Amino acid sequence: MPGDSLIYKLDPRGKFLITFYFIGIVFLANNVASYGFLLLFVLFAVYLSKINLGFFLKGLRPMFWLILFTVLLQMFFTPSEHPIWNFGVLTLSKEGMVISAYIFVRFVLIIFVSTLLTLTTTPIEISDSIESILKPLKAIKFPVTQIALMLSIALRFVPLLIDETTKIMDAQRARGVDFGEGGLIKRIKSFVPILIPLFVSSFSIAYDLAIAMESRGYRDGEGRSKYRMLKWEMRDTVAAIVMIVITGILLMIRSY
Amino acid sequence: MEIIFKNVTHAYEANNPLASLGLDDVSVKISDKKFTAIIGKTGSGKSTLVHHINALLKPTSGSVIVGDRTITSETNNKNLKPLRKNVGMVFQFPESQLFEDTVEKDIMFGPMNFGMSEEDAKSSAHDMIELVGLDEKYLEQSPFDLSGGQMRRVAIAGVLASNPETIILDEPTAGLDPVGRKEIMGLFKKLQMQGRTIILITHNMDDVADYADDVIVMHDGKIVGEGTPSEVFNDEKLLTGGMLTLPQSARFAQRLSQKRFKFDKLPITLDELSTEIKQQINGD
Ligand SMILES: Nc1ncnc2c1ncn2[C@@H]1O[C@H](COP(=O)(O)OP(=O)(O)OP(=O)(O)O)[C@@H](O)[C@H]1O
Ligand SMILES: [Mg+2]
Repeated sequence: MPGDSLIYKLDPRGKFLITFYFIGIVFLANNVASYGFLLLFVLFAVYLSKINLGFFLKGLRPMFWLILFTVLLQMFFTPSEHPIWNFGVLTLSKEGMVISAYIFVRFVLIIFVSTLLTLTTTPIEISDSIESILKPLKAIKFPVTQIALMLSIALRFVPLLIDETTKIMDAQRARGVDFGEGGLIKRIKSFVPILIPLFVSSFSIAYDLAIAMESRGYRDGEGRSKYRMLKWEMRDTVAAIVMIVITGILLMIRSY
Repeated sequence: MEIIFKNVTHAYEANNPLASLGLDDVSVKISDKKFTAIIGKTGSGKSTLVHHINALLKPTSGSVIVGDRTITSETNNKNLKPLRKNVGMVFQFPESQLFEDTVEKDIMFGPMNFGMSEEDAKSSAHDMIELVGLDEKYLEQSPFDLSGGQMRRVAIAGVLASNPETIILDEPTAGLDPVGRKEIMGLFKKLQMQGRTIILITHNMDDVADYADDVIVMHDGKIVGEGTPSEVFNDEKLLTGGMLTLPQSARFAQRLSQKRFKFDKLPITLDELSTEIKQQINGD
């Protein structure tokens, strides 16, 4: 997805590392001030990206049940000296509620930053970054280039397969298949008419790709020049410094 | 069945903030028992339009009326079988829907989903394979051992086997040899003569001129032209706007009119062209 905000323009390697670093330091937060601070920072980053907040909220949706489950677990199973309410093993207390609120914010933070990464970085950029980050491993004969190629091909295939699946499902629906109707066995059976054509077309896509690569002279290995150049700029250094400053502030305001 | 689009707009799920509209306020009527061709550049929304007819896509706003069914954004996914039985659809690359271990079973798949008995489906499969011009011996083969063109015929047979009243064809002849194309197009025309409604998406203007009763021209998700083939191919605005190319006969006539021939209306089929030429030569 094209875009021209600052976050889009950051070097993908930096963005990739910063995202993981940030997910790491989220676990340093342990009080209202530190969680609040991180939340403000993430919202500011979202603002800088100029992407509608709605897209981030959508990112939460698939995780909804997991979040709910974890939050409820924390809320009712945190042992406490002063329970507000008690029923068998279930305990509701102020501590429990606070902790579950923290957990909730932690989920939101992690999901928002990863959504920020995926919305502002193309899959290809991510795989290029991984290749570039793993480069030192070449010294121990780790096949970095090949792995990066596999990764980018796999990433390239995902949208293709999704497209293919929708097409095949439509074609079978038109032939009278009802997905998600009837008993369990019937439902499982209704996926056979999708899976077989999907396998067949994946193999043929893979085969075509192999032929296309070979006929354009692809040779695996060293010394391939890059089509997409990654460039580290001043703003990337600034972003890295900002992360260090944030870690500092976090260490100051968290409670020990 | 008559098919009516009323102010239909379709926005593909907007995961992408820059997504454009698949259909933009389309209103059109597709007549019962006619042969209607839909033409337009790639990406103009032809497939999107026809996917609404059997509710594979639902309008974001507006409504589609198919016989006695009305499809709107609120239409439930249940109970669509009767509609889909009546509206058969041959997809752009139908060979990717084949999955059974024999051709026969694959052709029987649709009819049996729509409640036909096994025997009836079997006899239907035997009729259909011949109708689409393949030998009965193919029934026992695996669909994956066939050539692309043969797979396409099998897929078409699989759709026809449910005996739909309305048949939608999304570029059914792409990749067929010229003789095969003629055969298949002839088959569709025959089905229309037997009282079915045919809706054909195609990039082949000669097929439009030769077989269609009505033409719908699409551009950028909108309908920019409607009428009989002769009306549409004589529409200056569409031609100069680059939304349409001419069939061979019309192009030939255009070249002739630079010489000493004169055409009030461009002939679009070979027959029309030869009659015109004969008349003008004899008239001199
Ligand atoms: N699944 C989809 N998701 C998002 N956009 C889509 C999807 N399918 C089609 N579109 C967009 O909708 C528009 C119309 O597409 P459509 O497939 O209807 O075109 P078409 O006229 O059938 O073209 P063709 O002649 O190539 O088959 C295109 O701009 C396309 O990019
Ligand atoms: Mg199409």
